[in-house]
Amino acid sequence: MEMVIKLEDVSKIYLMGDNEIKALNHADIIVNRGEFVAIMGPSGSGKSTAMNLTGSLDTPTKGKIFLGKHNIANLDESDLAQIRGKRIGFIFQSFNLIPNLTAKENVMLPMTFQGIDEDERERKAEELLKMIDLGDRMDHYPNQLSGGQQQRVAIARSLANDPEMILADEPTGNLDSKTGEMVMGFLKELNDNGRTIVMVTHDSKLAQEHAKKIYWLKDGRVEKVTVKKAGKWVLVK
Amino acid sequence: MLGIFIGIAAVVSLISLSDGLRGAITGQFGSLGSDKLTIQNAGTGFGPPGSTSVAKLNNHDIDIIEKVNGVNIVVPRLIRMVKVEYNDVVQFKYAGSIPDDKQQVKMVIDSMNIKMQEGMMLEAGETGKVVLGNDFTKTADFGKGLRENVKINIQGKDFRVKGIMQKQSSLITNGVIIMSEKDMKDILNISDETDLIVVQIKSGEDIEKVAADIKEAMRKDRNENIGEEDFSVQTPVQSLQAVDTILTIINIIIIGIASISLLVGGIGIANTMYTSVLERRKEIGVMKAIGARNSDILWIFLIEAGLLGLAGGIIGAVIGLGAAMLIAMVAKGFLGGVAFDVVISWPLLIFAVAFAFILGAISGVTPALQASKLRPVDALRS
Repeated sequence: MEMVIKLEDVSKIYLMGDNEIKALNHADIIVNRGEFVAIMGPSGSGKSTAMNLTGSLDTPTKGKIFLGKHNIANLDESDLAQIRGKRIGFIFQSFNLIPNLTAKENVMLPMTFQGIDEDERERKAEELLKMIDLGDRMDHYPNQLSGGQQQRVAIARSLANDPEMILADEPTGNLDSKTGEMVMGFLKELNDNGRTIVMVTHDSKLAQEHAKKIYWLKDGRVEKVTVKKAGKWVLVK
Repeated sequence: MLGIFIGIAAVVSLISLSDGLRGAITGQFGSLGSDKLTIQNAGTGFGPPGSTSVAKLNNHDIDIIEKVNGVNIVVPRLIRMVKVEYNDVVQFKYAGSIPDDKQQVKMVIDSMNIKMQEGMMLEAGETGKVVLGNDFTKTADFGKGLRENVKINIQGKDFRVKGIMQKQSSLITNGVIIMSEKDMKDILNISDETDLIVVQIKSGEDIEKVAADIKEAMRKDRNENIGEEDFSVQTPVQSLQAVDTILTIINIIIIGIASISLLVGGIGIANTMYTSVLERRKEIGVMKAIGARNSDILWIFLIEAGLLGLAGGIIGAVIGLGAAMLIAMVAKGFLGGVAFDVVISWPLLIFAVAFAFILGAISGVTPALQASKLRPVDALRS
C-alpha cells in the first residue's frame, strides 16, 4: 500500500506561561493511497491540531511528518505552501470561499498559485464546476449561493490542482442533514474513483458511515484505530 | 486616498498653471527680444518711470549712450499720465511718445508688436494725431467707444485719432495713447527730459557686455559710485530671471504643501491596508492553505495598495488639470486679452499618476509584509 501521509510520533506542545499544553501527544497516523480516513474526537481531543499538521498548515513540536518520502516537519512556510497547493486539497467547515471572487474564479485560484496559465485554469475550473452540477452558476458570487452550493464549489476548488489527498474539516458541520448527505455523497464518489480522503469530525456516526479507517482521538492521544473489514469495524490498535 | 488625490491635484494644477503663468507674464514684456535693453531712472517702482528719482534722463544721456561700443539704435520714450476728455467725460490715461526719427519709430513698432485694427500708425514726426490702444474702443471709460477719425482732447489740445491698435497680450499697450514726442513735450511743457531709453544693440554683440558698458559710461558721466547709480540698465534676460525666481519660490512653497498632502495620503493608504489585512485574515489563511506563498500574498496586497494610490493619482491629475484650466479661464476673463494658456503636459500627467501608484505601493509595504508573514493556522482561526 502506498503511503500518502504519515505522522510519526508527532507532538504539538503550546506554552501558556509556565504550563505546557499538549494539544497532540505522541500521535501516529498513516494515510495510504485511496483510503477514506476519519480523524475523530470530541472538541479538545486534538483532532484540529492533527488536521493542521496533516495539512501542513502547522509544524509539529516533536516528531516527523512524511508526505511521500519527504519529512516536511521542518520546512519553511513558502516551501510548505507550494507542496500544500499541489498535493493537498482543503474543504473547510465554513466553506471559506473568497467573497469577492466568483465561483469559477474561486476554483481557478489554487491553479494561479501554481503558475498555470489562464486558459488552462479556466478550462479546468469549468470542467470541475460542471462535474459537481454547478455549471450554470459559475459566475455567481459566494453570497449568491446556498451553503450546499458553496461547499460544492469548495470541493471543486480542492480538486483544482489534482491533489493526492483531500483534507475535509467537518465538511457537513454547517449544512442541514440532507445537503450534508449530498456533500458526503460527492466525497464518497471521489473516493470510489481512487481519491484519498481524510475527514476530521466530531460526529462518530458520520465517520462510521463513510470512512473505512477511523483514528479515535481523546485528550491529544490516539485512543484507538478501527478499520472496516467486510462491512464490520475491527479494532486495529 | 484623499490625501494623495489632493496632493497630486495640487502639483498637476500648479505646474500646468505656472508654465501658462510664465507665458502670460513674459507676454507683458512685449517682444522686446534679446537684442534690446532699457534704461530707466532708478527708484522706479509703480507709476510712470522715473517719477520718484532726482536726475532724470535727458538728451545728454542719449549722446553718451550712442557713443558706447555695440550700440545700434537709441530710442528715447516719454511715458506720462495725461488728462483726456471725450464725450464730456474726463479720464486720466497713459500716453507714450514715439520719436521723430523714422528708424527709431520702426524699432518701437517692432518691439511693441504694434498691429492696427483700424486706421494707420503715426509716421515719424507726424503731429496733431494719436493712435489708441484697443481698450479705447470700449464704452466703459468715456460712455462711448472711440473709433478712427474722432476728435479727442488731451491736456487741453485737440487731436484726431489716426488709428486703433489690435488687442495685445500686454495690458499696458491696450490702454495707451501713442503720440509724437514733439506733441507730448508740447502739451506737458517738457523740455529736455525722457523717461525711458530703449537701446538696440548691433547684431552679434553680447547684450550683457553692452549693458555693462552703458552703465559704466553713464556712471562716470554722472560721477557716481558703483551701487549708487540713480538709473538702471535692464536686459530682458534679467527681467525674465526675476519672474522665474518668483515663480520658483511659489512653486517650491506649493510643492512643499503638496508633499505634506501626499504624505498624509500615503499614511491614509497604509492605514486602509492595515485594516484590510486585519479584516481579511481568514481569507489570507485560506489562500495560504490553497498554496499561496508568502511572496504571493505580499504581491497581492502591494498591488492593491498601489491601485489605491493610482486611483487617487488619476482623480487628482484630472481634477488638477481641470482646476488649472478653470483658473486660467477666469484669469483670462479678468485680464482681458492676456494669453494665459494651460498646456496639457502628458509627461507630467503620466509621471504624477505613476508616482501616486508607487507612493501607494510603498505605503502598503508594511501591512503587506505583515499579511505575508501570517501563519496559516493562526489566520484560519480568526
